Amino acid sequence: MSNFTRRGLIKSGATVGAGLAMPTLITSPVAAYTNAPTGGSVTLGFNVPQSGPYADEGADELRAYKLAVEHLNGGGDGGMMNTFSSKALKGNGILGKKVEYVTGDTQTKSDAARASAKSMIEKDGAVMITGGSSSGVAIAVQGLCQEAGVIFMAGLTHSNDTTGKDKKANGFRHFFNGYMSGAALAPVLEARYGNDRNAYHLTADYTWGWTQQESIQAATEAKGWNTVNNVLTPLATTDFSSYVAPVLNSGADVLVLNHYGGNMINSLTSAVQFGLRDKVINNKNFEIVVPLYSRLMARGAGENVKGIFGSTNWHWSLTDEGSKAFVKSFGEKYGFPPSQAAHTTYVQTILYADACERSGTFNPCGVAEALEGFKFDGMGNGATEYRAEDHQCFKDVLVVKGKENPTSEFDVLEVVEITPRAQVEYAPDHAMFAGGDLGKCNPGA
Amino acid sequence: MIYKGFDGTMDAILLQILNGLDKGSAYALIALGLTLIFGTLGVVNFAHGALFMVGAFCAVTLQKVLTLSKISIDPTKTDFLGNPLKVKTPYVVEWFGEGTGNAIIDWNVPLAILVAIPIMLLVGYIMERGLIKHFYKRPHADQILVTFGLAIVIQELVKANYGANPIPTPAPDQFVGSYNVGALIGLDASYPYWRLIYFFFSISIIGAVFAFLRFTTFGMVVRAGMVDRETVGLLGINIDRRFTIMFGIAAAVAGLAGVMYTPINSPNYHMGMDFLVLSFVVVVVGGMGSLPGAVLAGFLLGILESFASMNEVKGFFEAIYLPSIDQIIIYLVAIIVLLTRPRGLMGKAGVMED
Repeated sequence: MSNFTRRGLIKSGATVGAGLAMPTLITSPVAAYTNAPTGGSVTLGFNVPQSGPYADEGADELRAYKLAVEHLNGGGDGGMMNTFSSKALKGNGILGKKVEYVTGDTQTKSDAARASAKSMIEKDGAVMITGGSSSGVAIAVQGLCQEAGVIFMAGLTHSNDTTGKDKKANGFRHFFNGYMSGAALAPVLEARYGNDRNAYHLTADYTWGWTQQESIQAATEAKGWNTVNNVLTPLATTDFSSYVAPVLNSGADVLVLNHYGGNMINSLTSAVQFGLRDKVINNKNFEIVVPLYSRLMARGAGENVKGIFGSTNWHWSLTDEGSKAFVKSFGEKYGFPPSQAAHTTYVQTILYADACERSGTFNPCGVAEALEGFKFDGMGNGATEYRAEDHQCFKDVLVVKGKENPTSEFDVLEVVEITPRAQVEYAPDHAMFAGGDLGKCNPGA
Repeated sequence: MIYKGFDGTMDAILLQILNGLDKGSAYALIALGLTLIFGTLGVVNFAHGALFMVGAFCAVTLQKVLTLSKISIDPTKTDFLGNPLKVKTPYVVEWFGEGTGNAIIDWNVPLAILVAIPIMLLVGYIMERGLIKHFYKRPHADQILVTFGLAIVIQELVKANYGANPIPTPAPDQFVGSYNVGALIGLDASYPYWRLIYFFFSISIIGAVFAFLRFTTFGMVVRAGMVDRETVGLLGINIDRRFTIMFGIAAAVAGLAGVMYTPINSPNYHMGMDFLVLSFVVVVVGGMGSLPGAVLAGFLLGILESFASMNEVKGFFEAIYLPSIDQIIIYLVAIIVLLTRPRGLMGKAGVMED
């Protein structure tokens, strides 16, 4: 140890430090990519909110994942694998390897979600991460997966940024986004409420709220609506009365609630309590719009959702073959219909598995190539395409309305219109999505 | 004759005052209970928010019990899987007939008050005798840790049994809608019935607690014990027993605040935590150990919070580089109060200063 000098120590210390700071994880000299499966099985990482305010949605996502794994391994009735247009999957796992899974708890907190994703990649050898119920979390985990060299199949994330300015080559989103909600809703709102309307927006103060508000404002203003005000509300707000009260005297005749989950339930409840829906302003009935609906959440708002318009990615009452197969298989296993969160996560898992089969590898670059520009059908949303430029799925969007006379506790929303894909499509460099760079796929290792 | 005073500005101000009083009602009720416990037992009870939540879930549970249903099969209809539809008829409707049965379900929240009082007294009693008793002689930090831990346990128990999503617990149909309070003074400002009820309900609870402490022998003994526990004990009075009862009463106050809050916001498992931090700020601003201080600070901070979320106010503070004033106003005021009056608005010397 004759060369053990102060300078040498600092140099090697710096090297080790840089090495530790590198996001590359378990590195193996032979594998060409992170966590290449070596045995007879392959591990997927399901990162869903198991605690925190979205735990119920997380639980539904997990149910869908378990169902997807069962179907991939040849169990159950096969669900949407039977209606899926691609027939690469054989029910013998993925590429002949049995599918196993590990789960993590995102807690709907970016740091917790990153930590659990990191642990699943490093400790459990997960070759793909999927799930989540918040755009903040999705963007954080997507960034981590890009660095680590694994594929991220986003769960429930609706912010334009996920496949906009924060898009990543290793990340893919099946769920729709704020822009699509605006493009689908605006014509329906115009048809029902006319084109001379004054809208007041209450918006959750984070990435999803901002981009959805921007999208809805642009889409409705294009139809002639005027935007009176947009008020950002802290995510932690529980009593929205002080934000709702000023709406009464603002001259607005429409209230747009860019809120999700508990925020949506509470702001909608406050708005109804304040009698907004009974008001007549500018000789027009006052209306409330909830651009992003979730059936699980709509239940929490009870009677208040009746007659209120919004949009959703998928609904169990759809009658296409794919939806019917999925509802049957999920309903028989669990005793109630699946939510849109369950649908999108199930589809994402099948799509990932199918891409592996078609490309013949788990290598993220091969999988990404197989997913890019992939066109498919039979998964409940009609003809769908994973656009190569931004890894966003393009498909029809559902405009829904709170049902006036529900026949069961699941029968909360009714589908008003299936907006065709062409109407919600946008250019990859659209102003609301510009500024990001997909970068190159990262196989890690 | 209703006219638009100052372009509706007066209406807006009146509405925010009402909002503030309403928010303040919940803060004041929780802070009152916290102060009662701190003043009598000297314990900083971080599980107090959980008691508020447990109260709310008394209403949820009663709703579940009232809507327990007999399941019969209706072969003419089918469910989402195409199987014969299972029709649920609540037992209460079966027993009391359509009208009465549905009315009972509809009046669930007011009925829950009757259920919640004994339950909360019992919960408070068990909590004090079972756990908190063992921490009287321990430092405040230990008390905070154990009560905070207890709050998390209660919260997770509720989540495991009721799920994480909010559960709608509506007010009786008669109280749905709003009342034009502004019309009384020539303005136009409608305010929801149930929120008005909540305000008057909390005023009467606060009044009842104060009257109880002031005008009953029991209350007199408790007040004496709050000032000098040892001497009261030396007089041969079992002060510990009375303090245990006070803990039960404080729990009941928080529980009732929770029951009545359910129609305002659908309750979920972490509603207690949402209120807890704010309530502590309220207690500190009001002055540790001062009951009137807790009530005053509750209403004051409620009103400030409401005004801070007005667009005009937000805009003004944004212009002077203080964005999102609505999120920080309470803490900002707390800092200012503590800098100028370190004992809080109505705090007395010698409390938590040893």
